[in-house]
Amino acid sequence: MYKILDKVELNKDVDLMVIEAPLVAKNTKPGNFVIIRVDNMGERIPLTIVESDANSITIISQKIGYSTKMLGKKNIGDSLEDVVGPLGVPAHIKPVETLVAVAGGVGAAPLYPQVKAYFDQGTKIDLIIGASNKEHLILIDKFKDIVENIYICTDDGSMGEKGFVTKVLERLLNEKSYELAIAIGPLIMMKNVVNLNKNYKLKTDVSLNPIMIDGTGMCGNCRVSIGGKTFFACVDGPDFPGEEIDFDELMERQKYYKHEEHICNLMLGEKK
Amino acid sequence: MIERTKMPELEAEIRSHNFEEVALGFNIKQVKIEASRCLDCKNPRCVTACPVNIDIPRFIKLILEDKYEDAYCTIYQDNILPAVCGRVCPQEKQCEGACVLGIKYESISIGALERFLGDYSLKNNFLKNEIIEENNNKVAIIGSGPAGLACAASIRRMGYHVDVYEALHEFGGVLKYGIPEFRLPKTIVDTEIYRLENLGIKFYKNVIIGKTLTIEQLFNEYNYKAIFIGSGAGLPSSLGIKGENLNGVYYANEFLTRVNLMKANNFPHSNTPVKIGETVAVVGGGNVAMDAARTAKRLGAKKVYVVYRRNMESLPARLEEIHHAIEEGIEFRLLLNPVEIIGEAYEIKKVRCQVMVLGDKDASGRQKPVPTDNYEEFDIDNLIIAIGQSPNPIIKKSTPDLKVDDWGRIVVNDYQTSIPGVFAGGDIVTGAATVILAMGAGKEAAIRMDKYIKTL
Ligand SMILES: Cc1cc2nc3c(=O)[nH]c(=O)nc-3n(C[C@H](O)[C@H](O)[C@H](O)COP(=O)(O)OP(=O)(O)OC[C@H]3O[C@@H](n4cnc5c(N)ncnc54)[C@H](O)[C@@H]3O)c2cc1C
Ligand SMILES: Cc1cc2nc3c(=O)[nH]c(=O)nc-3n(C[C@H](O)[C@H](O)[C@H](O)COP(=O)(O)OP(=O)(O)OC[C@H]3O[C@@H](n4cnc5c(N)ncnc54)[C@H](O)[C@@H]3O)c2cc1C
Ligand code: SF4
Ligand code: FES
Repeated sequence: MYKILDKVELNKDVDLMVIEAPLVAKNTKPGNFVIIRVDNMGERIPLTIVESDANSITIISQKIGYSTKMLGKKNIGDSLEDVVGPLGVPAHIKPVETLVAVAGGVGAAPLYPQVKAYFDQGTKIDLIIGASNKEHLILIDKFKDIVENIYICTDDGSMGEKGFVTKVLERLLNEKSYELAIAIGPLIMMKNVVNLNKNYKLKTDVSLNPIMIDGTGMCGNCRVSIGGKTFFACVDGPDFPGEEIDFDELMERQKYYKHEEHICNLMLGEKK
Repeated sequence: MIERTKMPELEAEIRSHNFEEVALGFNIKQVKIEASRCLDCKNPRCVTACPVNIDIPRFIKLILEDKYEDAYCTIYQDNILPAVCGRVCPQEKQCEGACVLGIKYESISIGALERFLGDYSLKNNFLKNEIIEENNNKVAIIGSGPAGLACAASIRRMGYHVDVYEALHEFGGVLKYGIPEFRLPKTIVDTEIYRLENLGIKFYKNVIIGKTLTIEQLFNEYNYKAIFIGSGAGLPSSLGIKGENLNGVYYANEFLTRVNLMKANNFPHSNTPVKIGETVAVVGGGNVAMDAARTAKRLGAKKVYVVYRRNMESLPARLEEIHHAIEEGIEFRLLLNPVEIIGEAYEIKKVRCQVMVLGDKDASGRQKPVPTDNYEEFDIDNLIIAIGQSPNPIIKKSTPDLKVDDWGRIVVNDYQTSIPGVFAGGDIVTGAATVILAMGAGKEAAIRMDKYIKTL
C-alpha cells in the first residue's frame, strides 16, 4: 500500500499529495509519471511526478472527473491501492541557454520538474503561466525561485494579464528570441503554442496526456500520430517535439469515453 | 468402442450474453467413462506429444482406481497449473492430436480429464504441505505469467528464496489480462497463485523491471544470485494501414485488458469503461481474435465478424474456440485482408479489405494468401486488431548488454541469456506461443539456474 504522507489543497480543484513510494522515488527523473489506482475497483490513471525524495513522490492532480475526485477524497494517513512507476522516457533536457516555458492550468505541475532541470543546468528561463482565474494559478512561488521572468495571465483577468498564454507569448517572441520552448497544458493550448512558435522558427517540446491503461506499451490505448507515424505516449513519451503532432486526432481520442465519464460522475453524486 | 464423452456446455444463446464459463467440466461419472476408454498404451503417443511429457496413461489409470489425489500429483509434478492447462491448451495439436484412438475413433478427452483433476484438487485442497529445505540463496523472477510462475515453483522447491516481480497490479500475465473469464475463470488463476504463496514464494506487484528497478540493481543492491525473465510478448502488432488511430479502433490487448483486468463489463461499478458498437470486425484468426470476437458479442454487439486473410482450415485458434465462436453467432469473413480503415471526424465508419485467394504453400505448410484486384467494404462501429504480439522492449532498453534478435526476442542458449546469471523463457524468447510452452520453459530454466548458482 502507498500511504499519503501529506496533502495540500492548492485550490478547490487541485490537490498536492506526497505519497510514500520508495521504489518509485529512487529511479525517478524529471518527466517521469506514475499510474495510480485509488481503490480496487479504480481506473489506472497517469499523473506526473512533480518532485521526489528518497522515500516519497509528490503528485498534483486536478479533480476533473471520477477517478481524480475519488483521489481527492483521500486524506493524510489513507493509502492508495496501486502506484507504479517511474514511467515514460525522462524529459530530454537540451543544452540551451534560453528557454521560454508555457504552463496552462494544472500543466504547471508536470512542467515544474522540467523547468527545474533546465534551471539546474544554468538555462535562463522565462515562464508564461496561465489559468482560468487567479484561484487556479498554482506553484507560482516555487517557479519564482527558478525563472528569470514570470508572466501571469488569466482568462478572466483576475490576476496578471487578461487573456490566453499565446497572447503573452506572441508579444515576447516579437521582443526577444529563445533557443527552445516547452509547453504543457490542455491540448488546445499546446497546439496553439506550437503553431505560433512555428512562425518564429522556434521549436517546442510538449508533454502529451492521452488516455492510458498499463503505461508499459502493452495496450496501445495511448497512441498518437506524429508525422504520420504512430507512437505510444507511455513508452515513447510523454514528451515529444510538438511540430508534427496530430493534435486534432488526439483531442478526439481523449473524448472517446465522454459519455461513460458522465455516467461515472453521476455515481459520484450518489456516493456522497 | 464407447464414444468420446461430450463436454457439457452453457447454451450458446444464453452464454453469448454473459461472462460465465462456457465449458462446464465433467462430473465424476463422465470422468470415469472417459478414463475407461484409454488403452494404457505401451508406448503412449500422447506423452511424447505433450510439451511437458505428463504421464497421461498413469494419471488416467489412477482415476480409474479412484486415486484422485495421486492422479492429480502425477500431473502436478510436470505441470503446476492443471486447472488452467486443462482449459486452454491446444490439446488437438498436442496429446489428443497424437492419441492412438484418434486414428480410428476419437481421441481421449485428455484436457477435460486434466481440468477435472485440477478443479477437484482446488475444491478439496489437495496440496500436501511440502517440506522445503532452505538454502538461503535468493533468485528473482520477472513477470508472473505462466513462464514466471512455473520457474518460481520449480526453483522454490529446490530451496531458494524466490521473489516474483510483476508490472501490473495483478498476477498471472495473459491468464489475467488476456484470456477471458468465460474461458478461464479468474478465481481459478488466483487460487493457483495463492498456492504458490503458500509454498513461500513472495509476490510483488507494481514493479516494472527496467523502470522501477533495473537488472543491475537486482544483482547489486538486492543480491540475487540469478534472475529469470518471463516478461512475455506484450507489445501489440499493428496492421500498418491508414486509419488505425481512429476512435473505435482497438488493439485486442487494450480491449481485452479493459474487460479482463479492469473488469469493464461491470462498469460503472468497476470504474474503467469499454465501448462497443453494434457491428464489430475483429482482424486475425488466432485465440486472441476468437477471445476478442466473443467478448464483443457478450458486451452487446449485434454483429461480430472475424476477418481473416486465409481460409477456415488455416485458423490458428484452438478448435474448441472456433466451434464456440460459430455457435455464438460470430461470422467468419475469410480471405480478406484489411487495407484501409475509413473514418469521419476521427471516428471509424468502415473497413476496406482486399480479397485474397490461396496460392502455394508457405514455410508453415499452409497455403499462402495472394492478393487479387477485388476489394470489399463494409460498415463497422469498431475494429479490433488481433494479429499478434511481440516482446516488450522495456527490459532490453534498460539493459544494453542483453542480446535480442531482430524481433526483440531475448536470445538464449539453453535458457541462459547473454548476461551471466540472467535466464529467460516463455513468450519473451519464442514470441507469442502457448501457456504450456511458457511453463515448460520456466521449469527447465529453473534447473539451469540451480546449476549455475551451484558453480558460483
Ligand atoms: C503522462 C500523463 C501525465 C499526467 N499528469 C497529470 C498531472 O500531473 N496532473 C493532473 O491533474 N493530470 C495529469 N494527467 C491527466 C490525468 O491522468 C487525467 O486528468 C485523469 O486520468 C482523469 O481521470 P478522471 O477519471 O478524473 O476524469 P474523467 O472524467 O474520466 O476524464 C476526464 C478526461 O481525462 C482524460 N482521462 C480519463 N481517463 C484517463 C486515463 N486512464 N488516462 C489518461 N487520461 C484519462 C480524458 O481525456 C478525459 O476526457 C496526466 C496524463 C498523462 C497521460
Ligand atoms: C487473448 C489471448 C488468448 C490466448 N489463448 C491461449 C490459449 O487458449 N491457449 C494457450 O496455450 N495460449 C494462449 N495464449 C498465449 C499464452 O497466453 C501465452 O503464450 C503465455 O501466457 C505466455 O506466458 P509468459 O509467461 O511467457 O508471458 P505472459 O503471460 O505474457 O506474462 C508475462 C508477465 O510479465 C509481466 N511483465 C512484462 N514486462 C515486465 C517487466 N519489465 N517487469 C515486470 N513484469 C513484467 C507482464 O505484465 C505479464 O504479467 C493466449 C494469449 C492471448 C493474449
Ligand atoms: S495415446 Fe490415447 S489411448 Fe494411448 S495412453 Fe495416451 S490417451 Fe490413452
Ligand atoms: S498505456 Fe497502454 S500502451 Fe501506453
